[in-house]
Amino acid sequence: MAGTAVRGRLTWQVATVESLRPETASVRTIDLDVPGWAGHQAGQHLDIRLTADDGYVAERSYSIASAPGEAVMVTVERLENGEVSPYLTEELRTGDQIEVRGPIGGYFVWDDAEAESPVLLVAGGSGVVPFRSILRYRAAIGSAVPFRLLYSARSLTDVIYRAELNHPGEGVEVIYTLTRQQPSGWSGHSGRVTPALLGEVAWPVSQHPLAFVCGPTAFVETVAAALVDIGYPPDRIKTERYGGTGATG
Amino acid sequence: MTAFDETQLDDSTLDGNAIGGQLQEVFGTEMTTAVGTCATCGATAQLAETLVYLSAMGTVVRCRTCTAILLVVIKRGEVNCVDMQGMAALEPA
Repeated sequence: MAGTAVRGRLTWQVATVESLRPETASVRTIDLDVPGWAGHQAGQHLDIRLTADDGYVAERSYSIASAPGEAVMVTVERLENGEVSPYLTEELRTGDQIEVRGPIGGYFVWDDAEAESPVLLVAGGSGVVPFRSILRYRAAIGSAVPFRLLYSARSLTDVIYRAELNHPGEGVEVIYTLTRQQPSGWSGHSGRVTPALLGEVAWPVSQHPLAFVCGPTAFVETVAAALVDIGYPPDRIKTERYGGTGATG
Repeated sequence: MTAFDETQLDDSTLDGNAIGGQLQEVFGTEMTTAVGTCATCGATAQLAETLVYLSAMGTVVRCRTCTAILLVVIKRGEVNCVDMQGMAALEPA
């Protein structure tokens, strides 16, 4: 009944799992076929609703992992005590149907309207998911806006989209810091994101940069505070927090 | 007891991005970019920037500046019960 939907109203609809791809030992990407999908912006969410046989309903919000114009993808990390993520990462099969609604949100979105501003992306763990949408979108529209992604992960094997991030495109720099385990001969950064590391990686304030920070709550608070300390105006820092669990550090 | 005593910024603290769908369900439009004014301290912020606590009881939205409650949403069946006495103003973007 898409034709009769009230504009702005969110409607639950049935999506079909087209394919599933492991990203790391605890993370996988789900490609969804969502009939009549209205299209999304880079950085937006969708909600997933699961209903148990006894009628118990659980809803969760996930960042969309694909660029505008691409099929809908979400990348989900299994949380040990989660209600929804264990099902999505272990039980769900190709051809299964789940309920979704979206796109959702408008705050944590990059849309190239500010083509003069270099962009700093700071990800903790699966906080990288909306940035994959943003980076793919940047590539798709042929944007020349300079981007830097600072990505904090526990170890190299916990890095999501590693193969893709090895070729992020012209004008995009990807900088890793590994918090728990570094491969032998690792020449990148180690340990958590510190004000010193941000000072090294972040665009100079004089370039009027725009920063996006996504990850566990404590990670986002630390990074956002450090960016303010080095002179980023608070209204140039967009933040998104997903709580306490996950493989950040 | 003030709001400060009972509020902790811990791992269960989310932000308004996490309830974009719920807010859109309640208000009928995109609300994470809507600007709310705290009735307690007068601070203004986009709803995406607020402190959000989710529980089986419902959703509690607090002011990031003074931690006072801005908004409570409790769902009973298909009906959302919304208390927004904590906001002096709310302007969709």
